[in-house]
Amino acid sequence: MADEALFLLLHSEMVAGLYRAAEQGEGENGRCTTKLESMGFRVGQGLIERFTKDTARFKDELDIMKFICKDFWTTVFKKQIDNLRTNHQGIYVLQDNKFRLLTQMSAGKQYLEHAPKYLAFTCGLIRGGLSNLGIKSIVTAEVSSMPACKFQVMIQKL
Amino acid sequence: MSRSPGRKQENHKISRELFVLTYGALVAQLCKDYEKDEDVNACLDRMGYSIGIRLIDDFLARSAVKKCRSYSETANMIAQVAFKMYLGVTPSVSCNSATGNEFSLILDKNPLVDFVEELPAERASLCYCNLLCGVIRGALEMVHLAAEVTFLQDRLKGDAVTEIGITFLRKPEDRKHRR
Repeated sequence: MADEALFLLLHSEMVAGLYRAAEQGEGENGRCTTKLESMGFRVGQGLIERFTKDTARFKDELDIMKFICKDFWTTVFKKQIDNLRTNHQGIYVLQDNKFRLLTQMSAGKQYLEHAPKYLAFTCGLIRGGLSNLGIKSIVTAEVSSMPACKFQVMIQKL
Repeated sequence: MSRSPGRKQENHKISRELFVLTYGALVAQLCKDYEKDEDVNACLDRMGYSIGIRLIDDFLARSAVKKCRSYSETANMIAQVAFKMYLGVTPSVSCNSATGNEFSLILDKNPLVDFVEELPAERASLCYCNLLCGVIRGALEMVHLAAEVTFLQDRLKGDAVTEIGITFLRKPEDRKHRR
Protein backbone atom coordinates (compact mmCIF):
# COMPACT_ATOMS: atom_id res chain seq x y z
CA MET A 1 0.00 0.00 0.00
CA ALA A 2 1.29 3.41 -0.88
CA ASP A 3 0.99 4.68 2.69
CA GLU A 4 3.95 2.53 3.64
CA ALA A 5 6.28 4.46 1.37
CA LEU A 6 5.13 7.74 2.88
CA PHE A 7 5.70 6.59 6.43
CA LEU A 8 9.11 5.07 5.64
CA LEU A 9 10.25 8.26 3.94
CA LEU A 10 8.88 10.45 6.69
CA HIS A 11 10.59 8.35 9.32
CA SER A 12 14.02 8.40 7.67
CA GLU A 13 13.68 12.13 7.04
CA MET A 14 12.76 12.71 10.68
CA VAL A 15 15.83 10.85 11.88
CA ALA A 16 18.10 12.62 9.39
CA GLY A 17 16.58 16.03 10.10
CA LEU A 18 16.87 15.72 13.87
CA TYR A 19 20.48 14.59 13.76
CA ARG A 20 21.39 17.28 11.23
CA ALA A 21 19.86 19.94 13.45
CA ALA A 22 21.72 18.57 16.45
CA GLU A 23 25.03 18.72 14.61
CA GLN A 24 24.53 22.27 13.46
CA GLY A 25 23.03 23.45 16.71
CA GLU A 26 24.00 22.67 20.22
CA GLY A 27 25.60 19.29 19.58
CA GLU A 28 23.45 17.41 22.07
CA ASN A 29 23.48 14.08 20.32
CA GLY A 30 22.04 12.04 23.13
CA ARG A 31 18.88 14.13 23.09
CA CYS A 32 18.01 13.05 19.54
CA THR A 33 17.36 9.47 20.52
CA THR A 34 15.22 10.65 23.43
CA LYS A 35 13.24 12.97 21.16
CA LEU A 36 12.61 10.20 18.65
CA GLU A 37 11.60 7.81 21.39
CA SER A 38 9.18 10.26 22.94
CA MET A 39 7.64 10.95 19.52
CA GLY A 40 7.19 7.23 19.08
CA PHE A 41 5.65 7.03 22.53
CA ARG A 42 3.00 9.60 21.70
CA VAL A 43 2.21 7.94 18.37
CA GLY A 44 2.05 4.51 19.99
CA GLN A 45 -0.43 5.72 22.57
CA GLY A 46 -2.71 7.20 19.92
CA LEU A 47 -2.40 4.26 17.58
CA ILE A 48 -3.20 1.59 20.14
CA GLU A 49 -6.34 3.48 21.15
CA ARG A 50 -7.59 3.49 17.57
CA PHE A 51 -6.61 -0.09 17.09
CA THR A 52 -8.11 -1.75 20.13
CA LYS A 53 -11.42 0.08 20.02
CA ASP A 54 -13.38 -3.01 19.15
CA THR A 55 -11.20 -5.86 20.32
CA ALA A 56 -11.97 -8.00 23.33
CA ARG A 57 -10.31 -7.41 26.68
CA PHE A 58 -6.88 -8.99 27.02
CA LYS A 59 -6.56 -11.90 29.41
CA ASP A 60 -3.05 -11.22 30.69
CA GLU A 61 0.33 -9.71 29.90
CA LEU A 62 1.32 -12.49 27.54
CA ASP A 63 -1.88 -11.99 25.60
CA ILE A 64 -1.03 -8.32 25.18
CA MET A 65 2.49 -9.13 24.00
CA LYS A 66 1.12 -11.60 21.48
CA PHE A 67 -1.26 -8.93 20.23
CA ILE A 68 1.64 -6.55 19.76
CA CYS A 69 3.61 -9.22 17.91
CA LYS A 70 0.82 -10.25 15.60
CA ASP A 71 -1.89 -7.65 14.94
CA PHE A 72 -0.07 -4.49 15.87
CA TRP A 73 3.13 -5.35 14.05
CA THR A 74 1.22 -6.54 10.99
CA THR A 75 -0.72 -3.33 10.72
CA VAL A 76 2.27 -1.08 11.24
CA PHE A 77 5.01 -3.06 9.47
CA LYS A 78 3.02 -5.42 7.26
CA LYS A 79 4.47 -8.53 8.82
CA GLN A 80 4.45 -10.34 12.16
CA ILE A 81 7.22 -10.57 14.67
CA ASP A 82 9.21 -13.67 13.86
CA ASN A 83 10.05 -14.78 17.34
CA LEU A 84 8.79 -13.93 20.82
CA ARG A 85 10.70 -15.15 23.85
CA THR A 86 10.01 -14.56 27.50
CA ASN A 87 11.32 -15.58 30.86
CA HIS A 88 7.80 -15.34 32.31
CA GLN A 89 9.09 -12.83 34.78
CA GLY A 90 8.45 -9.64 32.87
CA ILE A 91 11.12 -9.71 30.17
CA TYR A 92 10.11 -10.24 26.55
CA VAL A 93 12.32 -10.31 23.49
CA LEU A 94 10.68 -9.61 20.14
CA GLN A 95 12.76 -10.65 17.19
CA ASP A 96 12.11 -9.35 13.71
CA ASN A 97 14.31 -10.90 11.03
CA LYS A 98 13.48 -8.40 8.35
CA PHE A 99 12.66 -5.11 10.02
CA ARG A 100 10.91 -2.80 7.55
CA LEU A 101 12.74 0.31 8.57
CA LEU A 102 16.13 -1.32 8.08
CA THR A 103 15.68 -3.40 4.91
CA GLN A 104 16.46 -0.46 2.66
CA MET A 105 19.66 0.32 4.46
CA SER A 106 21.81 -2.74 4.27
CA ALA A 107 21.87 -6.51 4.53
CA GLY A 108 24.68 -7.32 6.86
CA LYS A 109 27.09 -5.32 8.89
CA GLN A 110 27.31 -2.17 6.80
CA TYR A 111 25.98 0.98 8.53
CA LEU A 112 25.50 -1.02 11.72
CA GLU A 113 26.50 1.96 13.85
CA HIS A 114 23.64 4.02 12.40
CA ALA A 115 20.97 1.39 12.98
CA PRO A 116 20.07 2.38 16.58
CA LYS A 117 18.92 5.82 15.37
CA TYR A 118 16.29 4.15 13.21
CA LEU A 119 15.05 1.95 16.02
CA ALA A 120 14.42 4.63 18.62
CA PHE A 121 11.04 5.63 17.19
CA THR A 122 9.84 2.03 17.14
CA CYS A 123 10.96 1.48 20.73
CA GLY A 124 8.83 4.44 21.70
CA LEU A 125 5.98 3.07 19.62
CA ILE A 126 5.99 -0.19 21.56
CA ARG A 127 6.36 1.57 24.90
CA GLY A 128 3.50 3.95 24.10
CA GLY A 129 1.24 1.14 22.96
CA LEU A 130 1.89 -0.86 26.12
CA SER A 131 1.47 2.19 28.30
CA ASN A 132 -2.06 2.79 27.05
CA LEU A 133 -2.86 -0.85 27.64
CA GLY A 134 -1.87 -0.37 31.26
CA ILE A 135 1.66 -1.73 31.17
CA LYS A 136 4.63 0.35 32.17
CA SER A 137 7.78 -0.81 30.47
CA ILE A 138 11.24 -0.03 29.23
CA VAL A 139 11.96 -0.93 25.62
CA THR A 140 15.41 -1.21 24.12
CA ALA A 141 16.59 -2.51 20.80
CA GLU A 142 19.69 -4.15 19.48
CA VAL A 143 20.92 -5.02 16.03
CA SER A 144 23.68 -7.49 15.31
CA SER A 145 23.16 -7.97 11.61
CA MET A 146 20.83 -5.90 9.47
CA PRO A 147 17.95 -6.14 8.81
CA ALA A 148 17.28 -8.43 11.77
CA CYS A 149 16.77 -6.76 15.12
CA LYS A 150 15.56 -7.54 18.60
CA PHE A 151 13.37 -5.43 20.84
CA GLN A 152 13.65 -6.12 24.53
CA VAL A 153 10.67 -5.19 26.68
CA MET A 154 11.12 -5.03 30.46
CA ILE A 155 7.84 -4.76 32.30
CA GLN A 156 7.98 -2.51 35.33
CA LYS A 157 5.95 -3.83 38.17
CA LEU A 158 4.45 -0.89 40.03
CA MET B 1 -6.70 -16.21 12.53
CA SER B 2 -10.07 -15.40 11.01
CA ARG B 3 -10.63 -11.81 10.00
CA SER B 4 -13.86 -10.09 9.12
CA PRO B 5 -13.83 -8.31 5.75
CA GLY B 6 -14.15 -4.96 7.44
CA ARG B 7 -10.82 -5.52 9.13
CA LYS B 8 -8.79 -4.93 5.95
CA GLN B 9 -10.26 -1.48 5.49
CA GLU B 10 -9.59 -0.75 9.10
CA ASN B 11 -5.98 -1.80 8.72
CA HIS B 12 -5.54 0.55 5.76
CA LYS B 13 -7.06 3.32 7.82
CA ILE B 14 -4.72 2.59 10.69
CA SER B 15 -1.69 2.65 8.38
CA ARG B 16 -2.72 6.08 7.27
CA GLU B 17 -3.35 7.13 10.85
CA LEU B 18 0.17 6.02 11.68
CA PHE B 19 1.47 8.52 9.15
CA VAL B 20 -0.85 11.27 10.35
CA LEU B 21 0.01 10.70 14.02
CA THR B 22 3.74 10.57 13.25
CA TYR B 23 3.46 13.82 11.34
CA GLY B 24 1.68 15.40 14.27
CA ALA B 25 4.35 14.25 16.68
CA LEU B 26 6.99 15.67 14.34
CA VAL B 27 5.33 19.08 14.16
CA ALA B 28 4.93 19.12 17.95
CA GLN B 29 8.61 18.32 18.40
CA LEU B 30 9.66 21.02 15.92
CA CYS B 31 7.48 23.53 17.76
CA LYS B 32 9.35 22.66 20.94
CA ASP B 33 12.73 23.00 19.23
CA TYR B 34 12.13 26.23 17.35
CA GLU B 35 10.55 29.34 18.78
CA LYS B 36 9.64 31.12 15.57
CA ASP B 37 6.88 29.87 13.29
CA GLU B 38 8.94 30.74 10.21
CA ASP B 39 11.68 28.38 11.34
CA VAL B 40 9.24 25.53 11.83
CA ASN B 41 7.66 26.23 8.44
CA ALA B 42 11.07 26.31 6.76
CA CYS B 43 12.10 23.08 8.45
CA LEU B 44 8.91 21.32 7.37
CA ASP B 45 9.39 22.58 3.82
CA ARG B 46 12.97 21.31 3.75
CA MET B 47 11.95 17.92 5.06
CA GLY B 48 9.13 17.79 2.55
CA TYR B 49 11.56 18.56 -0.23
CA SER B 50 13.82 15.66 0.75
CA ILE B 51 10.82 13.37 0.91
CA GLY B 52 9.49 14.63 -2.43
CA ILE B 53 12.66 13.93 -4.36
CA ARG B 54 12.39 10.29 -3.26
CA LEU B 55 8.64 9.96 -3.37
CA ILE B 56 8.54 10.75 -7.07
CA ASP B 57 10.37 7.48 -7.83
CA ASP B 58 7.85 5.53 -5.83
CA PHE B 59 4.98 7.39 -7.52
CA LEU B 60 6.25 6.80 -11.04
CA ALA B 61 6.91 3.15 -10.29
CA ARG B 62 3.42 2.59 -8.91
CA SER B 63 1.43 4.62 -11.34
CA ALA B 64 3.38 4.11 -14.60
CA VAL B 65 1.91 7.32 -16.02
CA LYS B 66 3.06 8.76 -19.28
CA LYS B 67 4.87 12.06 -19.57
CA CYS B 68 2.65 15.07 -18.99
CA ARG B 69 2.44 17.40 -21.94
CA SER B 70 1.32 20.55 -20.24
CA TYR B 71 1.28 22.25 -16.89
CA SER B 72 -2.43 21.68 -16.46
CA GLU B 73 -1.99 17.98 -17.14
CA THR B 74 0.72 17.93 -14.48
CA ALA B 75 -1.49 19.69 -11.97
CA ASN B 76 -4.31 17.25 -12.69
CA MET B 77 -1.93 14.33 -12.31
CA ILE B 78 -0.85 15.57 -8.89
CA ALA B 79 -4.41 16.07 -7.73
CA GLN B 80 -6.14 13.05 -9.18
CA VAL B 81 -3.45 10.41 -9.07
CA ALA B 82 -0.80 11.32 -6.53
CA PHE B 83 -3.01 12.73 -3.80
CA LYS B 84 -5.45 9.88 -4.24
CA MET B 85 -2.67 7.32 -4.03
CA TYR B 86 -0.94 8.66 -0.96
CA LEU B 87 -3.52 10.52 1.03
CA GLY B 88 -6.77 9.08 -0.26
CA VAL B 89 -8.29 12.43 -1.18
CA THR B 90 -8.75 14.14 -4.53
CA PRO B 91 -8.40 17.90 -4.46
CA SER B 92 -10.02 19.91 -7.20
CA VAL B 93 -7.78 21.81 -9.58
CA SER B 94 -8.34 25.31 -10.82
CA CYS B 95 -6.19 27.45 -13.06
CA ASN B 96 -5.46 30.85 -11.62
CA SER B 97 -3.75 32.76 -14.34
CA ALA B 98 -4.19 33.50 -18.01
CA THR B 99 -0.65 32.39 -18.77
CA GLY B 100 -1.55 28.90 -17.64
CA ASN B 101 1.23 28.34 -15.16
CA GLU B 102 -0.52 29.03 -11.86
CA PHE B 103 -2.80 26.42 -10.42
CA SER B 104 -4.61 25.81 -7.17
CA LEU B 105 -5.39 22.53 -5.52
CA ILE B 106 -8.41 22.93 -3.29
CA LEU B 107 -8.73 20.38 -0.52
CA ASP B 108 -11.94 20.28 1.39
CA LYS B 109 -10.80 17.29 3.36
CA ASN B 110 -7.20 17.21 4.53
CA PRO B 111 -6.26 13.92 6.19
CA LEU B 112 -3.14 15.38 7.77
CA VAL B 113 -5.23 17.49 10.12
CA ASP B 114 -7.62 14.73 11.14
CA PHE B 115 -6.58 14.94 14.75
CA VAL B 116 -5.89 18.66 14.90
CA GLU B 117 -8.64 20.87 16.26
CA GLU B 118 -6.99 24.21 16.08
CA LEU B 119 -3.59 25.85 16.15
CA PRO B 120 -2.45 27.09 19.56
CA ALA B 121 -2.72 30.84 20.02
CA GLU B 122 1.01 31.44 20.11
CA ARG B 123 1.50 29.57 16.82
CA ALA B 124 -0.89 31.54 14.69
CA SER B 125 1.26 31.64 11.57
CA LEU B 126 2.30 28.01 11.60
CA CYS B 127 1.68 26.26 8.29
CA TYR B 128 0.85 22.86 9.73
CA CYS B 129 0.89 21.04 6.40
CA ASN B 130 3.93 22.76 4.99
CA LEU B 131 5.48 19.35 4.41
CA LEU B 132 3.06 18.90 1.51
CA CYS B 133 4.41 21.99 -0.22
CA GLY B 134 7.95 20.72 0.05
CA VAL B 135 6.96 17.28 -1.22
CA ILE B 136 5.25 18.68 -4.31
CA ARG B 137 8.14 21.04 -4.99
CA GLY B 138 10.76 18.29 -4.62
CA ALA B 139 8.84 15.82 -6.74
CA LEU B 140 8.33 18.34 -9.55
CA GLU B 141 11.98 19.29 -9.50
CA MET B 142 12.97 15.69 -10.09
CA VAL B 143 10.95 15.69 -13.29
CA HIS B 144 12.61 18.91 -14.33
CA LEU B 145 9.78 21.26 -13.51
CA ALA B 146 10.69 24.16 -11.28
CA ALA B 147 7.77 25.38 -9.23
CA GLU B 148 6.88 27.44 -6.23
CA VAL B 149 4.37 25.83 -3.95
CA THR B 150 2.70 27.62 -1.07
CA PHE B 151 -0.45 27.56 0.98
CA LEU B 152 -2.92 30.17 -0.19
CA GLN B 153 -5.67 29.33 2.26
CA ASP B 154 -5.61 27.15 5.34
CA ARG B 155 -8.63 25.80 7.15
CA LEU B 156 -6.70 25.69 10.40
CA LYS B 157 -6.28 29.44 10.20
CA GLY B 158 -9.95 30.08 9.71
CA ASP B 159 -10.32 30.00 5.93
CA ALA B 160 -13.12 28.03 4.35
CA VAL B 161 -10.94 25.54 2.52
CA THR B 162 -7.32 24.54 2.29
CA GLU B 163 -5.76 25.76 -0.94
CA ILE B 164 -2.31 24.94 -2.23
CA GLY B 165 -0.97 27.18 -4.98
CA ILE B 166 1.48 25.79 -7.52
CA THR B 167 3.28 28.27 -9.75
CA PHE B 168 5.33 26.72 -12.50
CA LEU B 169 8.42 28.77 -13.22
CA ARG B 170 9.44 28.83 -16.82
CA LYS B 171 12.83 27.32 -17.52
CA PRO B 172 15.38 29.55 -19.29
CA GLU B 173 15.11 27.52 -22.51
CA ASP B 174 11.62 27.31 -23.91
CA ARG B 175 9.69 24.10 -23.47
CA LYS B 176 9.64 22.24 -26.75
CA HIS B 177 6.51 20.69 -28.27
CA ARG B 178 4.20 23.42 -26.94
CA ARG B 179 1.16 23.59 -29.15
